[in-house]
Amino acid sequence: MLDGIMTGLTTAVMPFNVMMVVVGCFAGTFIGMLPGLGPISAVALMIPITYGLDPASGIILMAGVYYGAVFGGSTSSILINAPGCASTVASAFDGYPLAQQKQAGKALALAAYSSFTGGTIGALILLFAAPALASVSLSFQSGDYFALMVLGLTAVAAFSGRGQVLKALIMTVFGLMIATVGTDITSGAPRYTFGSIDLIDGISFLLLAMATFALTEVVMTVLKGQHREPEPEMDMKSLGSMKLSREEVKEVAPTIARSSVFGFIVGVLPGAGATIASFLAYGFERNLASAKERLKFGKGALRGLAAPESANNAASTGSFVPLLTLGIPGSGTTAIMLGALIAYGIQPGPRLFVDNPDVFWSVIISMYFGNLVLLILNLPLIPYISRLLVIPRPILIPLILFFSITGVYLVSFNTFDIQMMVFITVAAIFLKLLEFPMAPMLLGFILGGIMEKNLSRALTLSDGSLAFLWERPLTLTIMVLAITMLLLPLFGQLRRRLFAGRGPEVASSEGEG
Amino acid sequence: MISSLLSRKRPAFLAATLAGCLTAGASLSAQAVDSVHFLIPGGAGGGWDGTARGTGEALSKSGLVDSVSYENMSGGGGGKAIAHLIEVADQAEDTLMVNSTPIVIRSLSKVFPQSFRDLTPVAATIGDFGAFVVAADSKYQSFEQLVADYLDNPRSVGVAGGSARGSMDHLVAAMAFKAAGGDPVRVKYLAYDAGGKAMAGLLSGEAQVLSTGFSEALALAEAGEVRILAMTGDERSAAAPEVPTLKELGYDASFVNWRGFFGAPGLADAKVAEYTEMLEKMYDTPEWETVRSRYGWTEIFKPDAQFVAFLEQQEKEVGELMRELGFLK
Repeated sequence: MLDGIMTGLTTAVMPFNVMMVVVGCFAGTFIGMLPGLGPISAVALMIPITYGLDPASGIILMAGVYYGAVFGGSTSSILINAPGCASTVASAFDGYPLAQQKQAGKALALAAYSSFTGGTIGALILLFAAPALASVSLSFQSGDYFALMVLGLTAVAAFSGRGQVLKALIMTVFGLMIATVGTDITSGAPRYTFGSIDLIDGISFLLLAMATFALTEVVMTVLKGQHREPEPEMDMKSLGSMKLSREEVKEVAPTIARSSVFGFIVGVLPGAGATIASFLAYGFERNLASAKERLKFGKGALRGLAAPESANNAASTGSFVPLLTLGIPGSGTTAIMLGALIAYGIQPGPRLFVDNPDVFWSVIISMYFGNLVLLILNLPLIPYISRLLVIPRPILIPLILFFSITGVYLVSFNTFDIQMMVFITVAAIFLKLLEFPMAPMLLGFILGGIMEKNLSRALTLSDGSLAFLWERPLTLTIMVLAITMLLLPLFGQLRRRLFAGRGPEVASSEGEG
Repeated sequence: MISSLLSRKRPAFLAATLAGCLTAGASLSAQAVDSVHFLIPGGAGGGWDGTARGTGEALSKSGLVDSVSYENMSGGGGGKAIAHLIEVADQAEDTLMVNSTPIVIRSLSKVFPQSFRDLTPVAATIGDFGAFVVAADSKYQSFEQLVADYLDNPRSVGVAGGSARGSMDHLVAAMAFKAAGGDPVRVKYLAYDAGGKAMAGLLSGEAQVLSTGFSEALALAEAGEVRILAMTGDERSAAAPEVPTLKELGYDASFVNWRGFFGAPGLADAKVAEYTEMLEKMYDTPEWETVRSRYGWTEIFKPDAQFVAFLEQQEKEVGELMRELGFLK
């Protein structure tokens, strides 16, 4: 193995390959920053270029573009509430409020540090444990995925302020319902398509996120007449300031460490991926936080930004485990990379690191470099990128509209998607005026689809018996965890009641906007 | 390279027509088709997209076509593009829409109201067979053992597939077990989002067998994680001569997932002839060989009338099966 790592190292440090890392990261960051254009589009754009390269360089370039795009995707999430890709949707929950509080520089810097740490920790685990981790990614069966998604749904509480629980629950159920639109793979029957062929493939997560976040946000700005107001006096110094105080570093460091490891593990599972990882990490961080800190979530909590940002980068790195060691793509992006590898005549699998050590190890080592490159590339740019916020609204608003809509269109090439975006945006505006939070709906949507498919598979496997919930130790463990998560707030309330009068935490909250 | 091992299957009649082509070969560039516009019913990066862009690349680089353009139009499992092609038929003389077996299945199950009859079938160009795959440590050494267990208790054999119930992976499995004398309705089919996830399901031990495409199965077998028990071709493939066909095991079932091209309805016969000739010539160009080996495609050339006859046959077979499974009334 050490021989292999050395071969990989020499391949990875070849000037040309180092250049590929830099080019890949730069291109990825740039494409990722455009709202709606995520890693899939970025990696697909690279395919024609990689045909002319040798396998190691080609895959190094694609990997660079991949995590570069995940890295860059957070920028547009934070600055304009328009997620660059699905896995950075959760970064907008706390990142955008931070930017609105004139802390854009800090938010971007925190995102960069979190992504860097997540990616680096991921690359290190990958380097030392990739072959061993292959079995982990195969240990999950449908029942376990179902339990994991139930665990994820317990995080619904994470998205609701006090007094908002009912609304958050309603929106979660709404998200679960939207997830059922389209062909049901278990029965093959179309559901809630109203006879329209356009709804047969269901509704895409990115479309939903763009419509409910980016589009709704800009339309609300116009409705409120804020676009006519003079530009808010933005103090460029504080806007671009990237300084995190010592206390803040102390606050987020454990979050980043936890979320990186957690994100990596979720990323290793072929049925989950970076988007799920970012949502789960956000939810858990909220559940772990103290009652007081919890109120800050959704309103610019640093931990709420650090968690999904470290998790999504660690998860993208983790998704290379099933790709390289088993030849199983866990996401659309890794599926494209698998295609590219096969086109080179390289079959990823248990023998890859024996047969093609140069490819296997150099890709992993290049990820380590890549994360460093991304940090160096992005940090100096932050003060300039943050200035995006002082672009006059009459110019910024059409730009956001343009990029959000073309971004979604370029994935599907279906004009119906644009009409659907408009429809969802109008619906979302009404819900927003009634103070229904949007984030629980996205959570319900993203987890609900996977949860349902795994549940119906598990039920098919057990011939309709619910015994799968406790027959496997892994499933049982996750279910117990989920139940504990649900009961935890009750214990907290009980404790508060017992100690009532000793210093009540009076905190009023109008919930997440 | 796995891909270069793949056989180049081609109907025998091609050899006869080859002589004719060669004599005309001198004026090859002179008779190049002006332009071809590829209509792709799916988004970027999918199987249809790769087929159209790969074919277009070979055609333009080899000089068989002067200019190629592409248009992605997804929606409705391909129905959107079909409706569009019919609507603009008058101005779509240079348009070729890529499609594959699902056009037959989806029109049968009324996902979209049209069928291949509403278009002008030009030619099927490449194809892939179905394959049945088990994990390397599976107790099943042969397809017969699997069938024995299925006949004994159909619920004991979980079949994983990378598409919805009632679509290709499920139908191929039902077809095989039916041919083996079992009840196809009782196939315990586990639907996954994509082939990769179905593979993970197989390796996690929850499914006993995976129903997938032969070329994908070959790649996975190459990596040593799985064994291919049988495939659905009429004869063994040169790429993996050790894999038996269902037919030789005594189960009368065969299936090929073709990919091919369709013109607008009412496309002139002369134009169809021009396109089939163009595609036929393409097979002998080194540019095509580059593309073909890159994707690991297997050639099947069924032009014009042959293509129509093949489609009708497939529609009949698949339709009967779907009726039996309760997907059609």
